[in-house]
Amino acid sequence: MGYWEFLVEYLPKLANGAVMTVMVMVCATLLAVAVSMVFGLMRLSSHFAIQGAATVYIEFFRGTSLLVQLYWIYYVLPLMGLTLSPFVSGVLALGLNFGAYGAEIVRGGIQAVPRGQYEAALALNMSPFSRMRRIIIPQIYTIILPPAANLTVELLKATALVALITVVDLMFVAKQINATTWLSAQVFGTALIIYYAMARFALIPFLRWLELIAARKIGKA
Amino acid sequence: MEWRWEFAWEILPRMLWATGNTLLAAGVGYTIAVVLGLLLMLGQRTPYRLINMPVRELVEFVRSTPLLVQLFFVFFVAPQFGIKLSAWTAGMLTIGLHFGTYLSEVYRGALEGVPKSQWEACRALNFTTGYTYRRVILPQAFPIALPGMGNYLVGIFKDTPLLATIGVAELMHTANALGAETYRYLEPYTMVGFIFLIISLPTALGLRRLEAAVARAQGNTRH
Repeated sequence: MGYWEFLVEYLPKLANGAVMTVMVMVCATLLAVAVSMVFGLMRLSSHFAIQGAATVYIEFFRGTSLLVQLYWIYYVLPLMGLTLSPFVSGVLALGLNFGAYGAEIVRGGIQAVPRGQYEAALALNMSPFSRMRRIIIPQIYTIILPPAANLTVELLKATALVALITVVDLMFVAKQINATTWLSAQVFGTALIIYYAMARFALIPFLRWLELIAARKIGKA
Repeated sequence: MEWRWEFAWEILPRMLWATGNTLLAAGVGYTIAVVLGLLLMLGQRTPYRLINMPVRELVEFVRSTPLLVQLFFVFFVAPQFGIKLSAWTAGMLTIGLHFGTYLSEVYRGALEGVPKSQWEACRALNFTTGYTYRRVILPQAFPIALPGMGNYLVGIFKDTPLLATIGVAELMHTANALGAETYRYLEPYTMVGFIFLIISLPTALGLRRLEAAVARAQGNTRH
């Protein structure tokens, strides 16, 4: 079977898998962003318990392996009476794991905003909440977007793991085709190229565009 | 399902034996990555476009595709070309290559982090290129590369469970096997999680200490 015939027959199936990969990726990214924001802010809290809780969360998820977390959520939680679908388990594991890494980026971004900005907001008698929301947070995007972009590419790559808990994503479809045809070079090679194309020609340009918008909003473009 | 201590105690020896395999895999994978990263970095820095362009593209490609897919690619495709690779060999080569590309970026960043004036000063003193690298550039690049190198050491360790998918008998593989034998998944998976935590947290802490010590030894008190 030539490579062309292989593509004609199996590319639609792989494309379906890729659509699922994108869905997992988008949902997990949204969850990760929310988790990063919440835990990044908690990490800077002056309250001992809030800061401690965030530190424990971050160190726990960064200290263990994503695959272990994924298996734990999918195989062990049901034993405790909480059964989640493969898709939800995958999104949850990815979101919680990458959220822990993202929280550190958010923390670094907030700390990188010049001290004078805090002091000026304080002098203007702003409440801590509106100081954070109106002065500090709008300034962190240009700082956190470059490292967050790297993390997002890592997240796209990590979505391949959800195939191991039977989410029918690109990796899962590739494994399935490999098991029936044994055209390993073609199928895994094509999957690699699709992942590469998604990262290089869609995700990375999109993230660069976001960086540009953030820079423009703050008048740094 | 209740947590059963006696079961956890019973499977502990097998889990610890598998932990040894995990550490071995991480160690071998990291060693390959450190060397390959150096070669890839040198490949990217050569002035010959015929070499540096393909190497750069290879690094980009490997860095933006999932390790899991790469593992399957190497493990299943090599036999198609008549190369018999054991799960261990395939796994070590793939992890080594994957993280080698990351490390090549770390090395590149570190070399570029050494101020250009250092090169110019060496040129002015008529040092040879080899001497310049050995005595002036590399000692200054090393502390810059150290945090990145440390992060990827821990990163490799945390990615070793992926090796279970191609049949390397490391920690995750053993936990899967124990679960299948006993129909108890709670204890094996939870223990895997804690073993990872117990190893990776002190390692990360130790690496931070090492970075601080190296920075101090070099008279750099910023850290």
